[in-house]
Amino acid sequence: MSLVLPETLLQGRRSQPQQLIEVLHDIQELRGYIPQESMIALSKELGVPLIDVYRVASFYKAFSLVPRGEHLVTVCMGTACHVRGAAPMVHQLAGQLEVEPGGTTTDGLFTLECVNCLGACALGPIVVLDGVYHDHMTPRRLRRLIESVRRAENEGRSNV
Amino acid sequence: MAEKVSLTIDDIIVAVPEGSTILEAALRAGIEIPHLCYKPELGLSPTSSCRLCLVEVKGARGLVASCSHPAADGMIVRTDTDELRQHRRMVIDLLLSDHPHDCLTCEKSGACDLETYAYQLGVKESEFAGELVRVDPIQDGPAIIYDQTKCILCGRCVEICHNVQVAGAVDFLGRGFDTRVGLPPALPRTESVCAECGNCLDVCPTGALSYAGAQGQGREWEFERVTTICPYCGCGCPLDMHLRDGRLVKVTGAPGAGPTRGLLCVKGRFGFDFLGHPDRLTEPLVRRDGALMPATWEEALGLVARRLGEIKQRSGAHAIAGLASAKCTNEENYLMQKFMRAVIGTNNVDHCARLCHASTVAGLARAFGSGAMTNSIDDLGEAEAIFVIGSNTTECHPVIGAVIKRAVRGGKTRLIVADPRAIELTEYADLHLQQKPGTDVALINALAHVILEEGLEDEQFIGERTEGFEELRLAVEPYTPEFAEKITGVPAPNLAEAARIYARAGGAAIVYSMGITQHTTGTDNVLALANLAMLTGNIGRPGTGVNPLRGQNNVQGACDMGALPDVYSGYQKVADGHVRSKFEHAWGVSLPDSTGLTVVEMMEAAAGGKLKAIYIMGENPMLSDPDISHVEEALRGLDFLVVQDIFLTETAQLADVVLPAAAFAEKNGCFTNTERRVQRVRKGLEPPGDARADWNITCELAGRMGYVMSYADVAAVHEEIAETTPIYSGITYDRLETQSLQWPCSDAEHPGTAILHKDRFTRGLGKFHPVTFIPPKELPDDDYPFLLSTGRILEHFHTGTMSRHSEVLGRLVSVGAIEINPTDAHRLGIADGDPVKVTSRRGRIEIAARVTERVTPGTVFLAFHFREAPANRLTIAALDPVAKIPEFKVCAVKVEPAR
Repeated sequence: MSLVLPETLLQGRRSQPQQLIEVLHDIQELRGYIPQESMIALSKELGVPLIDVYRVASFYKAFSLVPRGEHLVTVCMGTACHVRGAAPMVHQLAGQLEVEPGGTTTDGLFTLECVNCLGACALGPIVVLDGVYHDHMTPRRLRRLIESVRRAENEGRSNV
Repeated sequence: MAEKVSLTIDDIIVAVPEGSTILEAALRAGIEIPHLCYKPELGLSPTSSCRLCLVEVKGARGLVASCSHPAADGMIVRTDTDELRQHRRMVIDLLLSDHPHDCLTCEKSGACDLETYAYQLGVKESEFAGELVRVDPIQDGPAIIYDQTKCILCGRCVEICHNVQVAGAVDFLGRGFDTRVGLPPALPRTESVCAECGNCLDVCPTGALSYAGAQGQGREWEFERVTTICPYCGCGCPLDMHLRDGRLVKVTGAPGAGPTRGLLCVKGRFGFDFLGHPDRLTEPLVRRDGALMPATWEEALGLVARRLGEIKQRSGAHAIAGLASAKCTNEENYLMQKFMRAVIGTNNVDHCARLCHASTVAGLARAFGSGAMTNSIDDLGEAEAIFVIGSNTTECHPVIGAVIKRAVRGGKTRLIVADPRAIELTEYADLHLQQKPGTDVALINALAHVILEEGLEDEQFIGERTEGFEELRLAVEPYTPEFAEKITGVPAPNLAEAARIYARAGGAAIVYSMGITQHTTGTDNVLALANLAMLTGNIGRPGTGVNPLRGQNNVQGACDMGALPDVYSGYQKVADGHVRSKFEHAWGVSLPDSTGLTVVEMMEAAAGGKLKAIYIMGENPMLSDPDISHVEEALRGLDFLVVQDIFLTETAQLADVVLPAAAFAEKNGCFTNTERRVQRVRKGLEPPGDARADWNITCELAGRMGYVMSYADVAAVHEEIAETTPIYSGITYDRLETQSLQWPCSDAEHPGTAILHKDRFTRGLGKFHPVTFIPPKELPDDDYPFLLSTGRILEHFHTGTMSRHSEVLGRLVSVGAIEINPTDAHRLGIADGDPVKVTSRRGRIEIAARVTERVTPGTVFLAFHFREAPANRLTIAALDPVAKIPEFKVCAVKVEPAR
């Protein structure tokens, strides 16, 4: 039970249907996605019909119903980024990570996603890695950025 | 009546009640406004999402959604202008831009709203280029297919699921182009709240939702549609049969229509494969050298007439008995009792009402003078409190279950559920009183006690409309909540709270079913409920009443028609000389005056050798009656058994002659539903082979026994019913063609009676009957430590003759299971799905265990639909002394793992 729906996420929120989105955010943060068992447990704990949990969880882009990679790479495809060359960023990532937008690498390290506008048009093209905005991106800098994350991960693993 | 507002729509002036929408006003003026998301027939608030119903209102800013905009005085509305057409074309164009244009091969073609509007507005091809979102159709249950590519996301299915059926099973998932309607994807089908009612199919405007069984079987214009009445439970839902090439392809409801708002349940929509089943009886069978062999009608009827005649001559008329059928029409039941009384000369006629609501008929007739549901189905929506006791309504009367859930969801109605099991309705209840089975009198008396103790009774009603109050007051005196808690196991404060909710409500309705009636104290239980209603004046007004839910499509009608051993049609007593001479005059014979045998007494008499022959029309006592080992012995001991049915049932297998009958869809007639509503049953199909309608067979047989029963058609039979039966006097086939009527209906102008006992009880004053708690006949002990209750489940019906010959229902639930509490299961080493042996003093069965919290520790529950593990091999034939109803709800059993 603990990992499906940790007690800490429920404290003070039981039987309060209006807490649904808050708890979903917490699960998303904790697990990187919303597992099905968590939704079933959440439905019972908050007193929200299961179908409502699914409706909400499947509607918002902030929630993923499938496991995500450890690192989330988001490419802005808004108009400004697009004209400033967002497409080559996606191209670069797709080639380097061997994954299509929306997908997760086989080693579970990266998930690649595209969004429509991050509202920072003057800084485009923008790529967000784990919440950190990288402005005026070029394919070359992007390649190095990904490589650095990979390197750090590999070192981290070999140290264990 | 609300204030009227007057407005002008397309130059037509129309007046409507204040609060009506423009669309409603337009409908009244005969003007159709296109709409896709709204379904006015459902009585739901509009979602205003499709934007197709926009109209021009003079002086308004922009276009107005007519489905939700209230009509106002002096408003000038245009519903069809160039600008509106342009706008509507755009809406349709946008929908078509992401909709496959495969109307040529679409199941819905001809009945598709999108197709119709595209045609009307002349939208040929979408102006919006773009790739179509292609997703394969999904079918995650046995019946319903969802094709996302055809879904226009109007939300009608979500609306009906959440707000009319109140299942809350489906909703919108995802967003953008990926938006779809679905069930929670992770949950196993068995745990879904989807009841597979399929009402979503009826409201879908496109081919997005369709019935798997009808794929490729025909399109709208290829079907002949015949409206008839569902043959399953007593709700009496109207349904439309879609027929093609002599076959029933599918059944649809009519959203909004009739007392049940056009809803259907899983059985009434998908449970009809039995009609064309290869196992149907198609020719008469006669037993030769121990085996049933095909015979001609001539041979079979000749044999029956000869044998019944011989037995009558040798052993007397009372050595013969007949079982009428709650499945057959009013006309057929009327003729059956007439046959037994006028031709055979005995009152030995009964039917399975004995096994479900005999105690209702007996109890309510004593208390009120009439043994039927006092109010109407629709009426429940007006109750401020509903007290459901001994009725698993959402499973056994699913459409009425939805009415109750709607009432609770509406916020006005508080619900109290008294049931030994945690049934679905308890999730909607303010209070669940989980009494021990068979302790209902103590529970109800305790409520009466609290009501009197706290002065919540209706003194004026008691004074003016009732008698016997003093005796009641004394009788309930000892039933303090604390005392009742000891008997029922229900905490005293909950009993007190329930009494307050019930008594303080402006109108409170009691709804009950077999949990009340099927006890040795069944009549007492009913009387106790009648006491409760009279005590609080909850009778004779909308939203009140004592409402027994009848179990079979026409069990009410079969009772009304006098298929009972003590009354003729219309509950006219056999013992009353005046009544008897009326029927003697009408039928031209002298009639027996002694009350006949009831169902269970017949079996007893057969076993004892007093009864020599039984003529059974459409009943299956070999599964439905208690202690079937004993029933089998009795039936085998008969000199002669005739069974008339649509399948070779367990009972028919024992018969000497089997007569093949027509099913409901193959004949004309009437059914009377649980709320006393008489509705027309219409023929859509020919019976298979040589099978004949039951009424034809009975008439033919009468003729061969020297009594002419000659009717041109069922309408002629009905005329005789109306002549001899005062409560049916005003009901004619002409009237039934366009409407349904609730009896009593005394003449051709009488509109029928929605609420009984309005100003006076049928018997004059309502009579309080003091009743005291008596424990059930057989309670658990050391040898048989579990208490067994029997009943029904949603997906199957009665002895399964119809439901178990239907594919969808079979795929939903293929075998029976015994419900057992996890505590008991754990102690006995039984896991969910394990086979177990269940033994009572009368027999043993083997069945799978379903480990569930629905039942309390120490009790087990079993449905009686399954011939492989017949629950009634275990049950006890202990009878209520008044109503002679057996105690199906309580007996003692032993449960062991089967190795």
